[in-house]
Amino acid sequence: MANTKSRSLPLSKRGLNFEMLMWIFTRLSALAMYALILFAIIGALVMGARTQMNMADVLRWGFMPNSTHVQSTDVPDLAPWASPFWKVTGSLLLLVAVAHGVHGLVVIADDYIVSKRGRNIVRVLSIIMMLSMIAMGLYILWTS
Amino acid sequence: MGLKRNVSLAKGLRYKGQGPYLTFILHRIGGLGMGIFVAVHILASFMGGDIGKFLNGIYENWAFQIFIFFCALFHAINGLRITLGDLFPKLIEHQREAIWLEWAVFIPLFGIAVFVILSAGLGG
Repeated sequence: MANTKSRSLPLSKRGLNFEMLMWIFTRLSALAMYALILFAIIGALVMGARTQMNMADVLRWGFMPNSTHVQSTDVPDLAPWASPFWKVTGSLLLLVAVAHGVHGLVVIADDYIVSKRGRNIVRVLSIIMMLSMIAMGLYILWTS
Repeated sequence: MGLKRNVSLAKGLRYKGQGPYLTFILHRIGGLGMGIFVAVHILASFMGGDIGKFLNGIYENWAFQIFIFFCALFHAINGLRITLGDLFPKLIEHQREAIWLEWAVFIPLFGIAVFVILSAGLGG
């Protein structure tokens, strides 16, 4: 059995570089997504989802609170679901999720692409992907 | 920047790391699956039209829904274990037990979801 005793270094000894910040961001953004998704699900129940939607529809709304996600349900009026309040919540979830996801893709790519040049290309592509996903996502959220 | 590892992908896949390694590789597959799905879904919704309709048809397929729910649920539960372990490092000593707990949560939830998706998808 391998030694699994944990060693926790104080923050000052871990160093505060970009990779360390992204490491902690990945953990905190995971908790933030849990909070935002639970918030959206509770919001859906407050707006009447209990009698108007099934579980799968509630989850679809939870993963991204966009009014097009409840179009095909028995919700009588889409207006409360399309309010600026939910557009802001959806935008927050989009920003957190895209940053968490794109950084995750970079971490995976770094395990297989080891040359300095290759890693630089990965970083340029990831920034382009992140910005375009955020731009398209915000456009969809605020115009639908 | 990480270290240079001279291990091929094929060799990495044959590595017998047991439970913790299985969660590691499934976390990757789940993350990649969701990343590709979300990227294509945003692109499809942005473009709309026939291409958007075609892509949305894929998402409504029961097999795809089982796959993407596996990705999302496993990534979420495993990610919570990693997060709690990293924020409270003493918990890492119990990570093998935590992985068993993780499966005990995942299997019933995923099983119910697969049952519901299949009974709706296959018209049962």
